Formats: sequence, C-alpha cells, structure tokens
Amino acid sequence: MIGGDEATKAPAAGAPQPLEWNFSQVFGERAAGEEVQEVDIISAIEFDRTGDHLATGDRGGRVVLFERNDTKDHYGHRRDLERTDYLISRHPEFRYKTEFQSHEPEFDYLKSLEIEEKINKIRWCHAANGALFLLSTNDKTIKFWKVQEKKVKKVCDLNVDHSRAMGNGPVVCSRKSASSKQCMENGGCNERPSGYSSIDASLPSGGVPPLRLPVVTTHETSPVAKCRRIYAHAHDYHINSISNNSDGETFISADDLRINLWNLEISSQSFNIVDVKPANMEDLTEVITSAEFHPTHCNTIAYSSSRGSIRLIDMRQSALCDTHSKLFEEQEVPGSRSFFTEIIASISDIKFAKDGRYILSRDYMTLKLWDINMDRGPVTTFQVHEYLRPKLCDLYENDSIFDKFECCLSGDGRHVATGSYSNLFRVFGCSEGSTEATTLEASKNPTRRQVQTPTRPSKPPGTLPRVLRRGADTSGADANGSAFDFSTKLLHLAWHPTENSVACAASNSLYMYYA
Amino acid sequence: MAMVDEPLYPIAVLIDELKNEDIQLRLNSIRRLSTIARALGEERTRKELIPFLSENNDDDDEVLLAMAEELGVFIPYVGGVEYANVLLPPLETLCTVEETCVRDKAVESLCRIGAQMREQDLVEYFIPLVKRLAAGEWFTARVSSCGLFHIAYPSAPETSKTELRTIYGQLCQDDMPMVRRSAATNLGKFAATVEAAHLKTDIMSIFEDLTQDDQDSVRLLAVEGCAALGKLLEPQDCVAHILPVIVSFSQDKSWRVRYMVANQLYELCEAVGPEPTRSDLVPAYVRLLRDNEAEVRIAAAGKVTKFCRILNPELAIQHILPCVKELSTDSSQHVRSALASVIMGMAPVLGKDATIEQLLPIFLSLLKDEFPDVRLNIISKLDQVNQVIGIDLLSQSLLPAIVELAEDRHWRVRLAIIEYIPLLASQLGVGFFDDKLGALCMQWLKDKVYSIRDAAANNVKRLAEEFGPDWAMQHIIPQVLDMINNQHYLYRMTILHAISLLAPVMGPEITCSKLLPVVINASKDRVPNIKFNVAKVLQSLIPIVDQSVVEKTVRPCLVELSEDPDVDVRFFATQALQSSDQVMMST
Repeated sequence: MIGGDEATKAPAAGAPQPLEWNFSQVFGERAAGEEVQEVDIISAIEFDRTGDHLATGDRGGRVVLFERNDTKDHYGHRRDLERTDYLISRHPEFRYKTEFQSHEPEFDYLKSLEIEEKINKIRWCHAANGALFLLSTNDKTIKFWKVQEKKVKKVCDLNVDHSRAMGNGPVVCSRKSASSKQCMENGGCNERPSGYSSIDASLPSGGVPPLRLPVVTTHETSPVAKCRRIYAHAHDYHINSISNNSDGETFISADDLRINLWNLEISSQSFNIVDVKPANMEDLTEVITSAEFHPTHCNTIAYSSSRGSIRLIDMRQSALCDTHSKLFEEQEVPGSRSFFTEIIASISDIKFAKDGRYILSRDYMTLKLWDINMDRGPVTTFQVHEYLRPKLCDLYENDSIFDKFECCLSGDGRHVATGSYSNLFRVFGCSEGSTEATTLEASKNPTRRQVQTPTRPSKPPGTLPRVLRRGADTSGADANGSAFDFSTKLLHLAWHPTENSVACAASNSLYMYYA
Repeated sequence: MAMVDEPLYPIAVLIDELKNEDIQLRLNSIRRLSTIARALGEERTRKELIPFLSENNDDDDEVLLAMAEELGVFIPYVGGVEYANVLLPPLETLCTVEETCVRDKAVESLCRIGAQMREQDLVEYFIPLVKRLAAGEWFTARVSSCGLFHIAYPSAPETSKTELRTIYGQLCQDDMPMVRRSAATNLGKFAATVEAAHLKTDIMSIFEDLTQDDQDSVRLLAVEGCAALGKLLEPQDCVAHILPVIVSFSQDKSWRVRYMVANQLYELCEAVGPEPTRSDLVPAYVRLLRDNEAEVRIAAAGKVTKFCRILNPELAIQHILPCVKELSTDSSQHVRSALASVIMGMAPVLGKDATIEQLLPIFLSLLKDEFPDVRLNIISKLDQVNQVIGIDLLSQSLLPAIVELAEDRHWRVRLAIIEYIPLLASQLGVGFFDDKLGALCMQWLKDKVYSIRDAAANNVKRLAEEFGPDWAMQHIIPQVLDMINNQHYLYRMTILHAISLLAPVMGPEITCSKLLPVVINASKDRVPNIKFNVAKVLQSLIPIVDQSVVEKTVRPCLVELSEDPDVDVRFFATQALQSSDQVMMST
C-alpha cells in the first residue's frame, strides 16, 4: 500500500509487475444486434467469502448463483471453508448453479409508490451445514435466502394403496367407518381421521406386524432456494447498502437518511443507529450513499455521503450514533470550484480492504484510497476517466453524472478496480511504487482498446504534496479516438477474495477475467 | 400393495403421511409419532422407525422442529431407559441443521434423554456424541455441542473429564463468534458440574478469555456468566476473580456491555457478600445510574428496586436515592418511564418515614411528568405504595393526573388508564371514587374510539364486581341506561354491550326489572345493527333470567325480530330462539 509517510510500508521489493489480464468466461453474452431486456440488466455482483460462489442480481428481481468448478475437491475440509484462506493455483472458473426470483414488483398503497423488484445489493452470510445463505435487497425489503441441495425423493411401499383406494372408492368405503370413509374419498386424506386415542388404548404391546414404514429412494439432488426471513417496513427511503457484521449475527441496512441494525434471526424489529434526517427537510444538505461494516471490528461502521465525506462510527459509544468518531474528507482545492464540484464529489461506493485498515471510495471522477489512521486526506487518488472532465456538461444533461459506479479491492489489497463508460473498467496497482493503471474492456478481448499509461505520479497544483495522483490519461480522448458511449456503463464489478480474478457486469452479460 | 385391517387403517395412513407431500400432513404424523411407535412395537421402533427418522432429515424446519421435540420424550416407546441410546443418532443430526430453533430443541431433547440415561450408556454413547459435535465440521454442530457438556461431564471418567474441559476451552476460542457465544452462554451450566478444584483453574481461565473477546456480542454473554459463576464460587474467590471483572465491565467502552452489567449487577451482590457490595458494587451501580448512554440508564433504573432490596436501607438512602432523584428529571423520557415502573416498589424497602420524606416528592413529580407513560407507570403500581404510607398523601396529586390521562388525545393512553381504574377504585375506596371518577367512567362510554368504549363497558362491569350490585344500582345502572337514548346508533350499541356484561353481575332480579325492559325497547330501534345486537344480548340473557320471563318477554320479542325485513336481524334472532329452545330442553 502506498501510505502517507507515517503509514507502515508494505513489503514491496521494487515496483511489482503489473497484472496481465486475460479473458476467462462470459455468461449471458449478447449476440450482435440482440436487444437487451431491461429486466436482464445485472444490478449487483458479489463473491462469497471463500470465492467459491458468485451471486448476481438483476433488475428483474432475480438472483443467479454460480459455483466454482475448476477444483476437484471443491469443498475441501469444511472447517477450511468457514475460514477464508483458500488458495489454488489455477484461475477460478465458474458454472451456473441455480437462480431464483428474489423480489417481485410491489405497490405501496399507503404512499402510492411503485416498488421496483431490482436487486440493489447482495451480501453472502456464513455457510452452514452445506447450505448457502445470502441477503438480497431491493429499494425497501431485505430478504434472507437459504440455498441448499435438496434430494429429489421418491416414496414407495406405502401401507395404503391410494391409487387403488381411490379407484375402488365405493367398494372400499363400504368397509370403513364414517370418519375414515371421508379420508378415503379425499384420497389425499385431508380430513383428520378421528379416534387415534381409542386406537392408542387398543394397541397390543408387541406392536402390529403388517404396518411398515415407507421406503424413500433418492435419485439426485438439485439446489433449492428458500426465503427464510423478510426484513421489511424499516426504510422510508431507498436502501442503498446492506452489510454483514463480523459477529455473524447482525447486519446493517442503509437508506438515504438512516442506517438500521438488524439481527439475522429477528425480522420483526431493527434498531436505528444513524439518522441524518434534519427536523426540517429543507435543511437537508447531504444523504447517505453507502455503508459498510468493518471486516473484523464488530462495532465499527463506515458510511459515505453525497458531499464526498466518509464517516466512521463506533457503535460502542452510544445507541444512536449520530456523532461520528472519525471523518474523512478531502480539502477542496481553492479556485477549482465549479457548478459540478458538488455533484461529482458524491461518493457512490465504499469498500473496506480485507485487513480493515484501508477504505476505498469511488466518486464520479476518481477512486480514493483512505487510511483509517489518517484523516487529513486520501492516501492515493486514482483518476478513472479524466478525459470526461470537459464533457461534464453533457454528462449532466443526460443524467449520466448521477451514475453510481461501484469499486472493489483485491484480496491482498494490492489492486483496486472500478468501472467507467463504453464497458471499460480500470485496474490500478496500489502497492508501494506501483504505477500500474490498466484499462480493460468488458468483452472477450479485454485489451483491445487498452490504454496502458504508466504515468508518473504527478502533482496537481494545490494538492498536498505527498498525496499521489495517478492514472490520469494523457490524452483527452479515448485511445482509439472513438466517441464514448455513455449508455454502456460498467457499474458493477467484484474482485475474487483470494485470487486476481474480476467479475464485471456489462448490461446483461457477466464477464470474468483473471491475471 | 397390501391393504391393512380396518382398525389399523388410521395408523397406516399416519405412517404413510410421514412422507406426504403436504407439509401439514407430515407435521401431523410427526406429532403423532408416539402412536406410530406404539403400533410398531418397541423393537420395530428401535430397528425401523428411529433409523427411518435418522435418514429422512432433510425435511422442512417445521417438521424437524416437531421431530426434535417428540424424540425428547420417546424413551418409553423404544423400550425404556436401557435403550435410550438409540434416540441419539437422529437428534445428533438435528443438532447440526442451520435453523437455530431446531438445533436448540434438539439440544434440549438430548439433555432430557441424557439426564435419564444410565451412567455406562452416557459414557459409551453420550460422551462420544458430545465430542463428535464439538469437533464438527460446520459451526452449527459446535454451537450445539456447548449445550450438552453439563449432561456429559458428571458421568465421565477422570480422563474424559480432563478432555471435556479442554474441548470446552477450545470451543471458547473457536474461529466462529457463534460458537464462542454459545460457549459463553452455557458456561454457567457447565461450571456448575465441574469440581471446585477445576472450577478455580480451568473454568476461570476460560471465563477470563471470554471476558477479553474482541467481539462485543461474546463479552455481553460473559457478563451473564458472571452472576452464574459468582454463585458457584466461594465468596472470597468470587471477590478475587469475578468482582474485578464485573467492575471493569461496568466501565467497558461499549454501552451494550454496560447495559448488560446494569441488568445483572444485583444478582452478584449476594454472591460477593455485603462488604464488597458496599465498597465496589454500589459505586459501580451508581456510575451506571449516571451513565452517558440513556439505554444504560434505562436498564439501571429498571433494576433500582431489586438492587435496593439487597442493600440495607441506610446504603440505599445514602447512595441510591440521590441518583433516583436525578433520574426522575432525566432528559430521556424512557429513563423516567423505566424508573416510574419500579420506583413504587422502593417504598416497602425504605420504610414509611423515608418514603414520605424522600420518595413522595419523586412520586409527585413523576405523576406530573409530561410523558403519559411515566404517569401511567406510577399509577399502575399504586398498591405497593398504598401498603406503606396509605393513599391519602398521594390522592391530591393523583386525581389531576388521572383526569389528564383520561382525556389524553392518544386513545392508547386513555385505554391504558381505563385498565387501571378497577385497581384505583379498590385502592381509593368507594367514597373517593364516587366523587371524582364516576363521571369519567360514563364519559368513556361515549368516547369516539371503539376500543375505548369497549374497554369502558368492561370497566363498568369490573366496578360493579368490585363494589357490589347495590352500589352499582345507584351509581352505574341509571347513568348507563340513560345513554340508550343517544342519537348515534354506535353509542346505543355500546350500551347494549355494557348491559350484556352487567347482567350476570347484577343477578336475575335487577336484570328483569331494569335491564331487560331497556333491551326489549331497543328491539324497536330503526337501525338493523341495533336490532340484531338486541337479539344477541337477549340470547346472553336467557340463561340468567327466569324461565317464565323468557316465555313471556324474551321469546315474543325474538319471534318478532325473526320476521324482520333485514336478513342479519332474522339470522341472529333465529339463532337466539334456537339456543332458548336448547336451554328449555335441558331444564
């Protein structure tokens, strides 16, 4: 990691080699000229903590699960699975596992509001007993899903032959008492035959020989998803993030103005821990855009705001954490202010690095890496698409400026990645001395339009001297000189937790790359 | 396939339905597992039914939960205690499922079975099961194992005991916080079975690890362990080992931990004895009562009476009472509300003089609190203070408080105070009640909110019970009956409801002479809803009044109603007539 001078030095031996990216897989590739259905557009991507499973959510409310298939001993020892370190030499390959309809469109009759089924976020929970668990959320409702291999069963050798009994209804019934007759006519025996108690008393002590237990034969297994709990009616505004706590029993959900704390087992109540709603809505100056639990400290939460600040809160201090314990924001460069300054400062996503020391944030133009021990400014700022700066006016007019790009860190914390327009995404090296700044296209040939510009860290005027700014493309236009397509934006991507592998969504297609 | 003989048919169906596709039918079969077992006999239950259940364990959680529960009482059906071990395998698999409630139930059933098993069987079957679960691959198994040690340990041979203690220690350091939480929760139970010598060494070191866990949720549960362990240790050991922990917990950075301490602290006072209580626990408690975090003060305030009961009155007056005074004007209404719900209980602890001198002003200020819950909580516990100082001293402030609550604009508040009116009436006595509260009770019958009118009708009934029919004849009946002429049919309906409630209390004579004529008269109402309610009320009056009155008055009225143009009126009138027929036939 590149730190301020007081930051600890990462064990870096000179400048590390930049990663060579290769295409791995694509799911749902679009044929030329094929039109994309709105509902198929991917809206969330998330690896589980082992990296053996990947989930995507789409605007149609579906969740699709993929599982890794490139290793023979897929599960290894289960105890290892519960831990996170799991290293294999080959690059990960995934196969489709299952999919299920997580959310349906709804209508809030009290507020006359349509609630879209679009999946805003997916988060994996601890796997248990061979079953996978995940949380998915749309704008209002969070659901807890269990996905499990269920045996397809066939039952035979019953005591009562139902098919015959039904066919010979009248004949059989004539031998039955009134209560069991009804049972026979129903075939499925929906009426409870009365008189167990009298039978209880009349049973011989040695048991009754002709009775036998049904024989169950299992043929194959298939994954079945079941909604275990629904956490609803706790958010007045749209949920933008959910995040699991390291304690394994709680999670948070954040909307524009509030953050709520839930227990996974209890869906009927949640606790409000952050409320930024002013008494008068006209006094509203900023909204919460993203929130995440610290990966190991169970009482620390980071949340970002539309004004470009990140706040760290300590849940130990108070039940309602309206006062932050730490605030991270960048000092505005004097004289650089424009109409767009505030809009592009809005943070669209934050992610903790695995060690919990660094936070990566994405605003419209940049990625910033923050050290939670250094609150005077980011450690590093990466320019994602500086060539768009002259076009901000157009971007504002077609609303693209409000696009919410996600960001991600590699498991070892040495690389960061985020998306851009024209289905491009960028990977930056953030270890000491790295100048790596790669542009990749979400297609089968990711380096087709590559803009490899290992620029020296430049010092933009007026910024703190030690803070590095890298990745600014030298040319104002795309390397190929082609015009940028603002409708194809790569908003969602995720880095494999243990390997250099990235999954990213280009509208309805899921592309995977490895290095 | 074979048909089964007729008497066995229901059982045959029951067995088949163990595998029916309809979950309700499977559930029903599982709930009748004992019937199935008796039909199969003990031997086949052991050899077929139990293995069958063990194999078919990927069912829905509801079914698994029922199965876990049934197996807990299954020993008689497998042939008694000597065969109890056959029940362990299916419960063992249930201990590993993902759903917490199923696991908890399976552990509970295992404990129940283990408690009855013979010692050699425990050694041969139960202890290995605990070890297997504790070494389970998934955290779910390890979570369940923690709840079984206290059953396994006492019967274990010496070497196994050492091993079990070691395993428990490892569970307390498991990677998964869920396992550590379960280990912390069950530590008290396990410690109770461990020999005193090991208690001081092994268990205390486990406990100390838990108190320093980096997950708040684990430390929270360690706090609960403090009280349980404290009771097991000798007082001097408790003072040496537990007291420092609880004192440091009471100053923990996390308010959640302090909250737990505030809830548990009083339990520890007995364990450590009076002197350390005075020197350490009282100051710790006082700090919690003045905590920065309102949630902690709420918890502490809620325990103020329990804590004072343990202390001698001087300590309570000297240290706790000043804090109580501060809390009565706390900025958080919830703190004041928690205090109000328990503070009345301090009166017996402090005695009459201190109550009048110190507590009374606090009661009075809480009775004037701006937040209705606070006032309600004081009123709800009025009987406790009445026993110590009598109600006269309070009554002057009480009345305005009650009147204000009775007219509160939130109907839930009004509802709450109505519920306390019978209690107040019994405490205040007839005289006071007549003067001040009688009118209120009538006013509620005319409330705009149905729930209030409903509660008010119940209230007049309970008052009639409290003070007797004679009093009610004077102070309730005339006023209530007067309201039957209200313009709005909903209010008239309330009165009918009140009449049906009052009739059993007042007895047949008054019912016939006063209540019945009003009801009969109401059958001429122009609103059908009133008319069919008349039919319902008449039906309820039939058993109360004399047979001749039924014949002479009630039935003719019902017959007339049963020919009403309105279908609902006809329906209820016919129903009432039928029930009167039944009453007649039975007599």
